[in-house]
Amino acid sequence: MRIPLAYSLRNLGTRKLTTALTAGGMALVVFVFAAVMMLDEGLKKTLVDTGSYDNVVVIRKGSGSEVQSGVERLQAAIVESQPQVALGPAGARMVSKELVVLIALGKRGSDKPANVVIRGVTPMGLVLRPQVRIVQGRMFRPGSDEVIAGRSIAERFSGAGLGETVRFGGRAWTVVGVFDAGRTAFDSEIWGDVDQLMPAFRRPVYSSVLLKLASPAEFDDLYRAVDDDPRVKLDVKRETQYYADQSAALSKFISYLGLTLSVIFSIGAIIGAMITMYAAVANRTAEIGTLRAIGFRRSAVLSAFLAESLFLSLLGGVLGVLLASTMQLYTISTMNWQSFAELAFSFTLTPQIAAKSLGFALVMGLVGGVLPAARAARMNIVNALRAA
Amino acid sequence: MYQIRLILKNALRHKLRTLLTVFGLIVAVTAFGLLQTVVDAWYAGAEGASSARLVTRNAISLVFPLPLTYRQKLRSVDGVRQVSNANWFGGIYKEAKNFFPQFAVDAPTYFHLYPEYRIPEDQMKDFLRDRRGAVVGRKLAQTYGFRLGDVVTLKGTIFPGNWEFVIRAVYDGRDAKTDTSQFFFHWDYLNETLKKTVPRRANTVGVYVLELADPSRAAAVSREVDALFKNSIAETLTETEKAFQLSFVSMTEAIVVAIRAVSFLVIFIIMAVMANTMAMTARERLSEYATLKALGFGPAFLVRLITGESLAIALGGGLAGVALTFPVARAFADQMGSLFPVFRVSGETVLLQIACALMVGTVAALFPGWRAARVKIVDGLRSIG
Repeated sequence: MRIPLAYSLRNLGTRKLTTALTAGGMALVVFVFAAVMMLDEGLKKTLVDTGSYDNVVVIRKGSGSEVQSGVERLQAAIVESQPQVALGPAGARMVSKELVVLIALGKRGSDKPANVVIRGVTPMGLVLRPQVRIVQGRMFRPGSDEVIAGRSIAERFSGAGLGETVRFGGRAWTVVGVFDAGRTAFDSEIWGDVDQLMPAFRRPVYSSVLLKLASPAEFDDLYRAVDDDPRVKLDVKRETQYYADQSAALSKFISYLGLTLSVIFSIGAIIGAMITMYAAVANRTAEIGTLRAIGFRRSAVLSAFLAESLFLSLLGGVLGVLLASTMQLYTISTMNWQSFAELAFSFTLTPQIAAKSLGFALVMGLVGGVLPAARAARMNIVNALRAA
Repeated sequence: MYQIRLILKNALRHKLRTLLTVFGLIVAVTAFGLLQTVVDAWYAGAEGASSARLVTRNAISLVFPLPLTYRQKLRSVDGVRQVSNANWFGGIYKEAKNFFPQFAVDAPTYFHLYPEYRIPEDQMKDFLRDRRGAVVGRKLAQTYGFRLGDVVTLKGTIFPGNWEFVIRAVYDGRDAKTDTSQFFFHWDYLNETLKKTVPRRANTVGVYVLELADPSRAAAVSREVDALFKNSIAETLTETEKAFQLSFVSMTEAIVVAIRAVSFLVIFIIMAVMANTMAMTARERLSEYATLKALGFGPAFLVRLITGESLAIALGGGLAGVALTFPVARAFADQMGSLFPVFRVSGETVLLQIACALMVGTVAALFPGWRAARVKIVDGLRSIG
């Protein structure tokens, strides 16, 4: 015969302060656990969504990122002429030879400088990135000193909003449009005409070449062709792979930090649950004796107290996840170590993360509740009844 | 005196509960100390920076170099005593995860500007004589087992190719704040190689470091330098070394803020646990408190009793946590290798840890103390916990 679940539930209700404090502590732990996973998810989503599978990024061998790379004009032309490159509607090769540099811009309000990516693109560069849409103003005119800014840059950096001007390379550049790249890394960039930006920055070489494959399966052929060509020393990567590599270090850092913190914090919460449950058992010694005397088995007592602990942790878990879900309103922007550039990404809550967090809470409740429940189950009936 | 004995006896009445609470406190206080130390380590570069040095860089951003010709002009600026230069090299040693800062520096002058890097004289001579020579910090040498005479190959990410260096000197820091995880080599080696491989990138400098004759004129000299190169091919941005280092920290500020927030969150968690312990204790002893009151002890005595017990437990856990922070921080620093060049528990952190423990103890005693002080003797005697 089982002890009704209501017994466990209502016991939590009798000691409201204790229940609230224990569940509150657990909620904070679950909050940290969930928030870190949401951050990692947000970062991955931002950088993985940035690339598309049939696009290929070509950078100088060993350079690791576009900012550090340099691709000579001749080399860029060799890549452009490969047969695997897709042809556009008018028969144009779907290749964008780009310049990627960093400029220091001040943030709105604090004026603290951060490195912002400036990307010189060709009109084909937009065709290759269909997720980029102009949401305010218009596209820059080729050959002019106009630029367009990504949404999160326009919002957060002074001089980068619509109609404002940014100064770099000895010229003033007018922001004529703001683009939305669907929460990808491009949202943290400023784009201009590559043929204007190269002389302004006095860079005679491109940074990278972006191209679309005629068919995604031809990647290996292209890779071999470029790798075997003695005239070029270039790395060929799928765009998806390139952006996944860019996030590797930051993502690793976030998940390591999160794991360490969750483990440390959960010790605190487990102890909290243990103290509460031990007290619950101690206070109810006579009650436990009575339950046993009227015929409930040890296993029934054990499960009743475990259930109480699990309810407690579930309450904490739900509170923690609710608290964490409010973090979705925030956007984190920080420097990505691999590109040295500012990158904005937000907390993203997925059903998996919510489930994992609740599971984590239940595990804490189980670990914290098992010893006190065992003590309750092991009690001797006569002694327990006498304890009152 | 008897009151203290009563407090201690009370604290040990529920041995298991007190033990668990103290254990929780130890974990929380240690975690707090470790997180604070991580934040400190983040700022270590700026902390160790001198206010007598200025850094001049390209105004666009650090990825753009400055011409070598600026050197002579900088030297002639009034108030500048010495000029040296450095380039961020950004090479990879074997694998990308083996990160440590590498700089190509103007060897004859650079170490004059940085007296905090202590190099034995004979090693310095060896280094200056060998164009492929390199100077490494003590911590870096220990991490990767570099010894004098070793050949180290770095794969360039910014400057293509494989670069070979010979370790000629190991430097020690003047004090614990000095970063000894850096790798320095001859700018001449970089430049001569670039002349052959990528001539357009030769004769350029990443940043100039200026030593000021009078540190109080830092702002004036910075303005003068930047005015000198206004409207030239490469406009400059000059700031004190400290501001320069802080600008790096501010780029990753979001992470620092998150770590700070989390370090206070752990204190809140333990506060909930501790408050729970005290609330339960007071609840169980309510009839005792009523008895004490009936005997003539005032509410102030009861508040002292409860607060004293709470503080005793909190302080016990807090002090043990502080003691544990040091070995844990050392183990953590060893794991991290050269990622955190300076990783040391500061006196301020220890004080903060103790303050937090005391605060947790006080807050935890508030509600139970208030309740015990207000309880009516009759109600208290009737209560059965």
